[in-house]
Amino acid sequence: MSYGTVAPLVELQGVEKRYDGVHALRGIDLRVEPGEILGLLGHNGAGKTTTMKLIMGVLQATAGTVRLFGHSPIGGDADQLRRHLGYLPENVSFYQHLSGREVLDYFARLKGCDLKENSRLLERVGLGDASHRRVGTYSKGMRQRLGLAQAVLGAPRLLVLDEPTAGLDPEATGDFYTMIDEVREQGCAVLLSSHVLPGIERHVDRVAILGSGRLLGCGSLARLSADAALPSTIRISGDWAGVDWQQRLAGHPVEFRHINGHRMELTIGGERKLELMRLLLSESGISDIEVSQPTLNDLYAYYNRSGVQEVAS
Amino acid sequence: MRAIWIVAAKEFRDGLRSRWVAAIALVFAVLAIGLAYFGASASGMVGFTSLATTIVSLSSLAIFLIPLIALLLAYDSIIGEDEQGTLLLLLTHPLRRSQLLLGKFVGHASIMAVATVLGFGGAALLIATISGGADGELWRAFGLFIISATLLGWVFIAMAYVVSVVVNEKSRAAGVSLLLWFWFVLIFDLLLLGAMVLNKNSAGGEWLSYLLLLNPTDMFRLANLSGFEAARNYTGLTYVAGGPLFDPMMLTVFLSLWVVVLLSLAGWLFNRRRV
Repeated sequence: MSYGTVAPLVELQGVEKRYDGVHALRGIDLRVEPGEILGLLGHNGAGKTTTMKLIMGVLQATAGTVRLFGHSPIGGDADQLRRHLGYLPENVSFYQHLSGREVLDYFARLKGCDLKENSRLLERVGLGDASHRRVGTYSKGMRQRLGLAQAVLGAPRLLVLDEPTAGLDPEATGDFYTMIDEVREQGCAVLLSSHVLPGIERHVDRVAILGSGRLLGCGSLARLSADAALPSTIRISGDWAGVDWQQRLAGHPVEFRHINGHRMELTIGGERKLELMRLLLSESGISDIEVSQPTLNDLYAYYNRSGVQEVAS
Repeated sequence: MRAIWIVAAKEFRDGLRSRWVAAIALVFAVLAIGLAYFGASASGMVGFTSLATTIVSLSSLAIFLIPLIALLLAYDSIIGEDEQGTLLLLLTHPLRRSQLLLGKFVGHASIMAVATVLGFGGAALLIATISGGADGELWRAFGLFIISATLLGWVFIAMAYVVSVVVNEKSRAAGVSLLLWFWFVLIFDLLLLGAMVLNKNSAGGEWLSYLLLLNPTDMFRLANLSGFEAARNYTGLTYVAGGPLFDPMMLTVFLSLWVVVLLSLAGWLFNRRRV
């Protein structure tokens, strides 16, 4: 992707946000390019929702500039800009007493969309049969799907999703990301936040890591992980009576500890992982090998320590 | 403008579906017919009393009921949307806060107006038919009653919005609304009466009667009772208030002013609310 040739959909420069004595955001620089999926990662309270609210013009920055589609999201043009914006808040329960169809119609009217599209939209998110049921009877997964249908009303240029898969089971999460991928194929950029890494890696083009109101790192996940050179954890199990691991692993930069007589955990830097794997595979006593990649927690821990800004952008 | 109508239409439809409109209209109608029927038994007669007597006793009851209904109808307008997550969502639509609030008001105000007209209006037709007709002046009085009752409801709807945009919990909005109801319906008049009693012997205590304008329920009472000679004698507070300022038409204007001021206050506070 060549940055700079196309105007970014969202641009934040030196953005600060303070309220009630809380310094919620400090010097945030961030861009969302057309057609990309940017993951906004961070623990609860890191500033993800605040960042989204600033982008959508619900909050005003204390300092710095916020641009949505090249304009200020606050003030005169804002109404016009919002027609091209789709948003799914965290924890939205909608109107319990209305049916899914009625909820969608209400938001479509506010956005000035054609209501005839709504049946098709509900079919697309798999709520065709439930569209006349009261939203109060929906499961969390169904509510999120209704939320997504609501967010993509009027073919927005930017979709902002706040913790869209929190509380969804793995299957519903998978479904949800499949639908987001479909939306992206139609040229819509997506900004989505999450406090967990598993599940979103395959769907995001870039991630921005927020911690205590600072942008700790920004770039592709692979790049961030590589730069952080985080160790992988390998767990092996099997029957290896009599093997002297101290001697076997000599020369490898690896830490290991025995969990019990049949299980062991080894930690090794990413670049030396394959060497170790080969060694382990040649060991006949090992019956199973399980590799865990660094988690978001490890990434946070690393970037929190190093305070690295803008690793790769 | 379009946005206001969309919000208003939703609120009104919600009001129809949740049977708010039907419930309020029914309560008003039952109240009016009941008072008309039992009002006569107090004076030793059987059957329906006249519309004039009914208006007088109805006003006293409506003062308690209408503010309560209006506050109940609207206390969770903003905080309720906030708690279910839809407020933030609405504000990311092409919709300003002032438009959202005005839309809600148009919707709730219509619910109140429709219910009042249906409930009290229907009852009046029934009573007039049974008790043998009513003259033009009486219909005017009843028209004023319906209009001022609606306005009183609007005042308290707007007041509920002020509460709803300030608090950060729905239960607190309910509590504050009840306190406001208590203050305007009971405490205020008690304090005012107390002040009048204390002021009895000193000259120049007349300014106290202007304090009535600080309470919309008193304005409603004055607007509806001052028209009836008989009522003046037995309603304590209305007795003290005379003069052009307390003309029913002026009082209606003052009630409308209350609506405008409270709505503006709610709008101003809403804009300052952090969502």
